[in-house]
Amino acid sequence: MKIKTVLSPNGHVHGGAKVPHRKNTSEFKTEIMPTPSTVTIPMQMHIGAPCEPTVKVGDKVKIGDIIGDSQAFVSAPVHASVSGTVKSIIDFPAQNGGYIKAVVIESDGQNEVSDSIIEKTVTSAADLVSAARESGLVGLGGAGFPTHIKLSPKSDVRLDTLIINAAECEPYITTDYRECMENSEDILGGIYLVKKHLSIKNVYIAIEDNKPLAIKLLAEKISAMRSEEGEPIRIVKLKSRYPQGAEKVLIQAVTKRKVPSGCLPADVGCIVMNVTSVALLHRFIKTGMPLVNKRITVDGSAINQPKNLLVPIGTSVSDIIEFCNGCKSIPGKIIMGGPMMGMAQPNLLPVIQKQNNAVLILNKADATKKEESACIRCGRCVSACPMNLMPTLIERLASINDVESLDRIGVTVCMECGCCAFNCPASRPLVQYMRNAKAVYRKGIKK
Amino acid sequence: MDNKLHVSSSPHLHSGASTTKIMLDVIIALIPAGIMSVVLFGFRSVAVIFTCVLSCILFEYGFQKISKKPTTVCNLSAVVTGLLLAYNLPVGIPLWMAVIGCAAAIIVVKQCFGGIGQNFANPAIVGRIVMLVSFSSAMSTFPPTVFMADAVTTATPMQLLANDQTPDVLSLLWGNHQGTLGETCAIALIIGGLYLIIKRVISPVIPVCFMGSVFVMALIKSGFDINFAVCQLLSGGLILGAFFMATDYTTSPINFKGKIVFALGCGIITACIRFWANLPEGVSYAILLMNITVPLIERITTPRPFGWEGIKK
Repeated sequence: MKIKTVLSPNGHVHGGAKVPHRKNTSEFKTEIMPTPSTVTIPMQMHIGAPCEPTVKVGDKVKIGDIIGDSQAFVSAPVHASVSGTVKSIIDFPAQNGGYIKAVVIESDGQNEVSDSIIEKTVTSAADLVSAARESGLVGLGGAGFPTHIKLSPKSDVRLDTLIINAAECEPYITTDYRECMENSEDILGGIYLVKKHLSIKNVYIAIEDNKPLAIKLLAEKISAMRSEEGEPIRIVKLKSRYPQGAEKVLIQAVTKRKVPSGCLPADVGCIVMNVTSVALLHRFIKTGMPLVNKRITVDGSAINQPKNLLVPIGTSVSDIIEFCNGCKSIPGKIIMGGPMMGMAQPNLLPVIQKQNNAVLILNKADATKKEESACIRCGRCVSACPMNLMPTLIERLASINDVESLDRIGVTVCMECGCCAFNCPASRPLVQYMRNAKAVYRKGIKK
Repeated sequence: MDNKLHVSSSPHLHSGASTTKIMLDVIIALIPAGIMSVVLFGFRSVAVIFTCVLSCILFEYGFQKISKKPTTVCNLSAVVTGLLLAYNLPVGIPLWMAVIGCAAAIIVVKQCFGGIGQNFANPAIVGRIVMLVSFSSAMSTFPPTVFMADAVTTATPMQLLANDQTPDVLSLLWGNHQGTLGETCAIALIIGGLYLIIKRVISPVIPVCFMGSVFVMALIKSGFDINFAVCQLLSGGLILGAFFMATDYTTSPINFKGKIVFALGCGIITACIRFWANLPEGVSYAILLMNITVPLIERITTPRPFGWEGIKK
């Protein structure tokens, strides 16, 4: 039986931006990168409390051994991604500024797997949640929200909808697409696990219409599995428009529900999981191997060989560039993540973290931004804002410290998607201004 | 070799839009009306347009040099102001008067209030109003078009309508009637306006609501005389004003609802001036009045942020 493709009820997001796709690496099969000589594993690769190292310098570790953990509820354990010796525990520059503790492991090249890696049995929702925590899984789409928390909503919340986010609306990035193409069984396996144990009624796989092959493949797999399971999984084909994959935008596009400001998706009965996250959850239960490898897209105008790579967590950007045959021109900008929301890095030191999904190496020409000029009040930032804000007004209010008005027009609703700055004819760095406005607001509210 | 990496805030991509490109689109959209002005009024219209554009550029450049501000002539906004002002003048206007109008537009309204993006009113409109008040006879002497018999000195369509006569719709459409340089040929203006809408330089909200409200008011005033309402729509500066002047970014609201309120206000004031005041034409005054209310309109039409339904703020 053929699975119907449900078109998004809203068609497209309010506003948003027509960004170039640049999915150059979409048909590049994932290559497994050889183990680097050392990996540096930060103790915080998630939203929540940082972990404390549970190993000492000189300890021998194997792949999958826990090397960092925390007692805090909102946190996720960190595992060794290579086998070898703990060389040092250092303060490491974080991708968003500041410093975090990190464990440096020197690989012994043996890639020995920890004895704790065994198949898990899950018979209840509680089992699923504890397995999710053990796996160290966090939201792999970029936010890094610990999965076990997502799977254990408050008791008064009734979940009825699971949305699998495969929209991948950021330019360049093709890791979720590759997950769909290479691991569709794990995706469906993960979906059935979550669906069964959290007794969810509706499951949607939300995917942009610029990935027809993935849509076709998933639809085939779903129809093959259909007879065994009850309610079918529906595929929601979304119009390609940035930021279609942003959680609140996605929930609205798929279910017409609006997540109230300051609330979580669970408050409208939804749970949104990244497609790679849900597949990894299934893999962990099947094999016991926690989140130690991550697929990343390496692309950009300066890299010699764009690739999709499976790398151990903690692999440095310089090792990755070397494996991709170096750069064809002097790099002007290194971005961890996509070009719309990724963080520009000051050097080649950063390492791949759980929530990273791309490394972009741009040449000098792509790296330089046009100088900003005066705002002409064209209103493109206003019509582009998926959150219905007025970025140019927020910028002005922040410059005069008008905290009361900033509160009134909702500065905190901004998710920094970058549509405003992308569309600004005066090339104003509006995301930067929005961040500044939030800081002004927070400072003003405290007083 | 410079091996330093750029570090800047996301996003790291840009649509390529720029102020200069937008202004260039506006200039392109104004070309058909310019060509028609030469066809209808002869080569003196070139002299008027050239004088206005050049003096706007020079005033902007000169002011920014003297006040030691960065020069922004390259963004072409002064050219747009010059063109719009020229289109609002009769072909026989003495050129020195046009220069004074440009000075009022660029120096007083635009630069003294902080340059592009900061002016409280549309510079071209204020320039025109200053001239209308200062040189009222030169500003309201409209020579006939080259296609009219010399002996015939008729009134402008606006004056005809004010005296309960109806002009010929066909001549209104292609512009064979008296009026300012750029306002007579409705077809050329509509082509330019559609170009701007298709290129997404302007949203259709303001022109549609502006002209629509004038049309409806005219229908009501005339007891549903379609011919009268169509003539109201096609004559005077309404089309030029609705597509090119009321849509000025700086002096119109930036949010959707605000645009509607603003345009309805423009339309209602225009109709009131035309039908009940002592002036035959009111587009400029209507737009100027609404320009001043923009901050207030924006305050009451601020959009509700996503997810704020039912939250009181």
